[in-house]
Amino acid sequence: MGRRALVTGADMFWGGRMIQALESDPSMDVILGMGTSAPSVPFERAEFVRADQTYSILNRIVKATQVDTILHTFMITNSTTVPRRAMHEVNVIGTMNLLAAAGTAGSSVRHIVVKSSTLVYGSAASDPNTFSEDTPRTSPVKNSVERALVEAEGMVRDFSEDNPGTRVTVLRFANVLGAHLTTPISRNLSRPLCPSIFGFDPLLQFVEEDDVVRALLHVTRGGVPGLYNVAGDGRLPWSEVAHLCGTRLVPLSPFSPLKLRPLSRLFDLPAELEDLLRYGRGVDTRRFAATGFAYETSSAGAVRNFIRAVRLRKQSGREPLSYRYEHDVEQFFRHSPSVVGTGDF
Amino acid sequence: MASGRPVLGEKKRSTAVVPIRLPGHETGDTDDARLSDVDEWGRSERTRALARTIYEPVYSKWFRTEWTGLEKIPSEGGSLLVANHAGAIPSDAPVIMHGIEKELDRPVYGLADYFFRTVPVVGTLWARAGGVSARPGNAYRLLREQQQLALVFPEGTKGPSKSFTDRYQLRRFGRGGFVEIAMRAGVPVVPIAVVGSEEAMPVIFRLPTLARTLGVPYVPITANLLAMGPLGAVVPFPAKLKLQELDPVYFDVPPVQDRYSNSRIMEESEMIRSRIQEAVYDMLRDRRSVWFG
Repeated sequence: MGRRALVTGADMFWGGRMIQALESDPSMDVILGMGTSAPSVPFERAEFVRADQTYSILNRIVKATQVDTILHTFMITNSTTVPRRAMHEVNVIGTMNLLAAAGTAGSSVRHIVVKSSTLVYGSAASDPNTFSEDTPRTSPVKNSVERALVEAEGMVRDFSEDNPGTRVTVLRFANVLGAHLTTPISRNLSRPLCPSIFGFDPLLQFVEEDDVVRALLHVTRGGVPGLYNVAGDGRLPWSEVAHLCGTRLVPLSPFSPLKLRPLSRLFDLPAELEDLLRYGRGVDTRRFAATGFAYETSSAGAVRNFIRAVRLRKQSGREPLSYRYEHDVEQFFRHSPSVVGTGDF
Repeated sequence: MASGRPVLGEKKRSTAVVPIRLPGHETGDTDDARLSDVDEWGRSERTRALARTIYEPVYSKWFRTEWTGLEKIPSEGGSLLVANHAGAIPSDAPVIMHGIEKELDRPVYGLADYFFRTVPVVGTLWARAGGVSARPGNAYRLLREQQQLALVFPEGTKGPSKSFTDRYQLRRFGRGGFVEIAMRAGVPVVPIAVVGSEEAMPVIFRLPTLARTLGVPYVPITANLLAMGPLGAVVPFPAKLKLQELDPVYFDVPPVQDRYSNSRIMEESEMIRSRIQEAVYDMLRDRRSVWFG
């Protein structure tokens, strides 16, 4: 029997990409996407369900559809995309509802994959050079996104202890760079001027966006349980990243807090970036490699792929109109008796 | 099913989220090409080479550094170098790193308090020059996994901050953490005795209140400051520096254990401390002049 998967955050970048990737896997019988707004990419056969941001109807959906795998990609790791309160609602309450739905008696869920971030390690002067999955963070949680992620991961950990019958995978991704994803780092790097903190040149580790999708697919298909860091090989100083991207670094004062610096308003500088631009972060990726995953791209390669896409976008004019989700049209193609045959409509 | 590479390629209608397919997307190894040679510790061999060029006159002309027993440092594999630490801005650290890199042609990573990382510019230069914050995990990774040379001063800030009246009286060697790390990493400890660094920048008294206000480990008033004014904050006196390698200490314990006997650790740590102390006394007995050796 084929597998039945539910993907959260289907309207977001990662959810959309994961659904597209799962659709081409014939062993996936049913793919459900949940999201709070209309999906931004077309799905071939996945069904889309709209929910509120805390996913309070998830329990009913899991019961009704008997999914065996949940891919929880709706973890916000970029605090610029949502208001502070929504971050808590999405990451903490959303994860709580998801785990509650998966943990009910007689639940069909056998595998939960959570997309987390190396933000849970924080970034501080007292940090070790390399965090392994078991290294605790050395500094107190400072900003809302880290707090929400740490709390959500704690709930996932408790869940996996209480439900030994359900496989739980948590992937902690390093900062993602790639051809299509937009993050505060990618926005800064694609501009002519890019912020840095004066006197600091931290080492950063990146993971390419295709490797993120491949890593999630790898654990979903293989049913690999556990907690893993996912990051490309090697680390680059921020100055080198800026140099590769052809942007000029603007040093900001290291002493005054971020909000008071007039220059920082020109840049995309969320709180979680400030410490990263001082102390950087490195993670040990050997445990994930030991599960049989091979990266396609190193940290430096991710930077290059990213900047090549930026150059092309800048020089090739406007992007084509993006996809617009029409609920009735999608329902028609999926369920109307008039539609004959399968495939690309 | 390990790596699902074709899956992404087979995606049919990806044009919306993937508006632009990159030609030559997978161009292979050129993607990994780096512009700098900064390694995962933040050390750059180019910066190190520049630092060595600048420091060479200080090393050989100003301090007229003299080594004995350099051959005792293993030329391969990891070793934990352990030395006494003295002088308000200790000259022993750069001299040991410079000397070993020059003579043995092996990089040396200097382990020090992570306080350095918090200081703008200094922290970055320190890392580029081979400084690593002294965390057990870092030392283990350097020594065990990468088989490098790491230098540590177990006295910590208690060494450089002590007054001139206590010169060449080695402080407590922390809690013996360096022994535990060497045991876990399965590498020898190579003790180094240094003479001359005390006189290069003697501490006359300290300003603990100011240190607390500034949030730094100690604020020393040195003889250099009194003699040279502000210049004395950075310029050491040209004391003759003598360094002596002692016999490496091998621990006959299995590596990679979670815990080692505490009494054994403290015993070994004290043994190493007293050997360095004895060697320092011996060198002082033979020293006729602070400036000429």
